[in-house]
Amino acid sequence: MKSGKLFKLYIAVFLVFLYAPALLLPVFAFNDSSIVSFPLKGFTLNWFNVLWETEALHTATKNSLLIAVSTAIISTSLGILAARASSRYKFRGQKAVMGFIMIPLVLPEIIVGVSLLVVILQMGFDLSLWTIVLGHVLICTPFCVAILSSAFLNLDQSLEEASFDLGQTKLATFWLVTMPLVLPGVVSSMLISFTISLDEFIIAFFLAGTEPTLPVYIWGQLRFPQKLPSLMALGTILLILSLTLLATAEYFRRRSARKTGIEDAGGFL
Amino acid sequence: MSGFTKWRRSEEASGWLLVSPTLVYSILLLAAPLAMVIALSFWTQDYLDLDKTFTLKNYVEAWSEPIYQTLMGRSLKISALVTALTILLAFPVAYYVSFYVPQKRKPLWIFLITIPFWTSYLMRIFLWKVILGYNGVVNGSLLGLGVIEQPLSFILYNQNAVVVTLAHAWVPFAILPIFVALEKIDRSLLEAAEDLGDGPLRRFIRVTLPLAMPGVVAATVIVFIPTIGDYVTPRLVGGPNGLMISNMIELQFKKANNAPLGAALALSAMFLVSVISLVFVWLNRKYLVGQK
Amino acid sequence: MTDPIIRLSGIDKFYGDFQALYDVNAEIRTGEFFSLLGPSGCGKTTLLRTIAGFEDVSAGKVEIAGQSMENVPANRRPTNMVFQSYAIFPHMTVAENVAYGLKARKMPKDKIATEVATALKQVGLEGYGDRASHAMSGGQRQRVALARALVLKPKVLLLDEPLSALDKKMREQMQSELRHLQRAVGITFILVTHDQEEALTMSDRIAVMFEGRIGQLASPQDLYRRPVNRKVAEFIGVMNFLDVSLSAGTAGTFECEIAGLGKAIIPAEQAPGGVDASVTAGVRPEMLTILSGENARSEREASGIVEDVYYYGDMTYYDVKLDGVDHPVTISMRNTAGRAVLSRQDRARVGWGAESVLLLK
Ligand SMILES: Nc1ncnc2c1ncn2[C@@H]1O[C@H](COP(=O)(O)OP(=O)(O)OP(=O)(O)O)[C@@H](O)[C@H]1O
Ligand SMILES: [Mg+2]
Repeated sequence: MKSGKLFKLYIAVFLVFLYAPALLLPVFAFNDSSIVSFPLKGFTLNWFNVLWETEALHTATKNSLLIAVSTAIISTSLGILAARASSRYKFRGQKAVMGFIMIPLVLPEIIVGVSLLVVILQMGFDLSLWTIVLGHVLICTPFCVAILSSAFLNLDQSLEEASFDLGQTKLATFWLVTMPLVLPGVVSSMLISFTISLDEFIIAFFLAGTEPTLPVYIWGQLRFPQKLPSLMALGTILLILSLTLLATAEYFRRRSARKTGIEDAGGFL
Repeated sequence: MSGFTKWRRSEEASGWLLVSPTLVYSILLLAAPLAMVIALSFWTQDYLDLDKTFTLKNYVEAWSEPIYQTLMGRSLKISALVTALTILLAFPVAYYVSFYVPQKRKPLWIFLITIPFWTSYLMRIFLWKVILGYNGVVNGSLLGLGVIEQPLSFILYNQNAVVVTLAHAWVPFAILPIFVALEKIDRSLLEAAEDLGDGPLRRFIRVTLPLAMPGVVAATVIVFIPTIGDYVTPRLVGGPNGLMISNMIELQFKKANNAPLGAALALSAMFLVSVISLVFVWLNRKYLVGQK
Repeated sequence: MTDPIIRLSGIDKFYGDFQALYDVNAEIRTGEFFSLLGPSGCGKTTLLRTIAGFEDVSAGKVEIAGQSMENVPANRRPTNMVFQSYAIFPHMTVAENVAYGLKARKMPKDKIATEVATALKQVGLEGYGDRASHAMSGGQRQRVALARALVLKPKVLLLDEPLSALDKKMREQMQSELRHLQRAVGITFILVTHDQEEALTMSDRIAVMFEGRIGQLASPQDLYRRPVNRKVAEFIGVMNFLDVSLSAGTAGTFECEIAGLGKAIIPAEQAPGGVDASVTAGVRPEMLTILSGENARSEREASGIVEDVYYYGDMTYYDVKLDGVDHPVTISMRNTAGRAVLSRQDRARVGWGAESVLLLK
């Protein structure tokens, strides 16, 4: 059918559009030229070496990792509580409360950044890595709630009742039955919030004190043309890292789905 | 049992107790700061101090100064264009994945569509500069193919570049809700429509599209509102005529040190996008109800 | 008679404004196989869950083995439950599932192992201990759920529609196995079901529920033969209803004129729910006979026209329109050797007796 072919062609063009930047990243990371543009020159690993030797980058990376790990832990914990409350209990005002918690999902990040900045300065606190964590937890929590809610909803409630019925306490039931079964959800929640935090720039830019995060560092370097090729190398590494994390999350999800015999419902987000 | 002990053991109480840490966090770090920003927008910056007497001056300035009017208008226009382009791009893809891809491969496709989203945000924007630049990929290819003789210059450092770059960034977020809405459509409804004599096009307009509308509306809101807040994209690919209101907000909060004016600008922008979104959602409801 | 193991007195249950149970009173005897039977949504699961302790009662009292269960949570009640979905922990092996409750009781490891092995043997799953639980079939999961509950030696085992997820053949097999198991372990079973045949064949006694109330609590035979009202009679088996007009009878009997059949004197025990102005006559299909051949005789005879014939091989069901009645009655006949099967529009002689008629409100 002719329209079917057109459709496929469109999808192909769309995928090229979608992947163009991601594909260019490694191309320029290995391109032996200090100008990021076509035509390409030879192949080099030099840009990766530059990264290796840049101290400031290492500090920024450490800062970012610290922030991302803290964000992942805190927002996943907050997500577990809220997701559990919304999926297992009915209470008055539930919709309003959950809606309120999910607001940062549609709030422009600049508003989050600006408002936190105002409060922190008004309260007389200094900007630091922790102020960034505060902001990141706020924007990551809705993602965690979404992922974990579906994990909790997929859990057959009678499993918990069975455990209670067989004589376990509520707390033991949570650790012996609930947690092991929602663990894949917890892992994806952690990985996703980690990845979002690691890459977040707008809020971090407002809330960073003297210590830059990785994106803030990259932003600073984008002004210097001679730094660009090494940034391409850095971007390549970050992309591979993100994909590895996501693939790991997916692997664990599938494995546990197989182990627990739950139908594979598939998919991130 | 006293009323309180009974309540404490109830489902209601357990629910509130569980949700409270997250709720308190959101109140302290979202509601309170927003309230603070609202208060700030009615104050005046006096060098390093804040004059806390109530004034509408910031809003008057934000709404009357031509520069802010221009930026605001342009930002709304760009956000609207980005939203429209994103949804136009996303709908066929969501439709394809939902209707043409075999059930088993759907998760893989969704994964494929979200991958580019995990490229570093700043890098992605920057790479559009490389793609659209004077010696960039597009110009290079077109020159190579002999389609053009001179590199095109209208594709970078202007609003078009901002729209394309932002649409690229947001398209996965538009595909997902539309895809979910399409997945929910009971396939027998479509067969019924066909059975009742609708051709493919009429069927699409009369059945598929109205049923997919909730997804489209969700996508619109998810894309339109946050887009107004991006200041990185305009700065990197927009050139002087592609700057948006967020760049001004950032400027007021940082270099210009006029946080109250920045707050008024930010809130005005938020107000406008929210109102536009609400009107859109409302119109849609009316349209959908009218369908029945 | 021994004391009841469970006594339910005046139980009401509200979900918000919706009342799911109305003044439920019942005594369940030690060691019996008891069923809760009723249409979907009548409150069977709710009642079972109030016994298990998953739902608080809004009013009334649950007593188990003479102890009030007020403020006793599910994990400290001497009951265990087999869930409709079986609720087998998917991340544990079969043996770990069965050992789950024993571990909660802090039983020593070697003792657990022997108990688990015994329980698995009891349900016919010897040697399946190391299997991953999700690799088991529906019937096997059912057995794991049984073993997991029985290993704790509860006073009462609660089963919520345990057989509804199985196919017909498996269900019939499990019905007899459950019955045997219950006799072997001697534990009181309370089974929830909406399948009347299942309840009739398995139970010592049955409570039939409608809309949050117990309609009748009786043995299967009494329920079938002496339903207390129209609703119960309709729910259990097939019942034909015919208008009836009462004229005063002597003590202990009712004299009546039954539409389509004729006059009869009905003893009071055939009106187990009492009589009033709304009473109708109920007759089971097998209590009516189609008389075929010149010589066939019955105590009383009526006549009608065959409207429809349903031939089942061993049985034939006839819809017969009795003279003077607009709706047909169903009559079932065993197809014994030599008995002719009538066809539509044939005239039929219908034999009946006063003992086949019930008076129902
Ligand atoms: N948690 C609840 N909240 C509100 N209403 C409920 C709840 N649980 C049950 N109900 C209502 O109480 C009534 C009885 O429900 P129950 O589950 O006991 O019925 P059932 O006899 O077990 O039916 P089924 O055969 O369908 O399982 C139903 O109308 C049901 O909608
Ligand atoms: Mg039920």
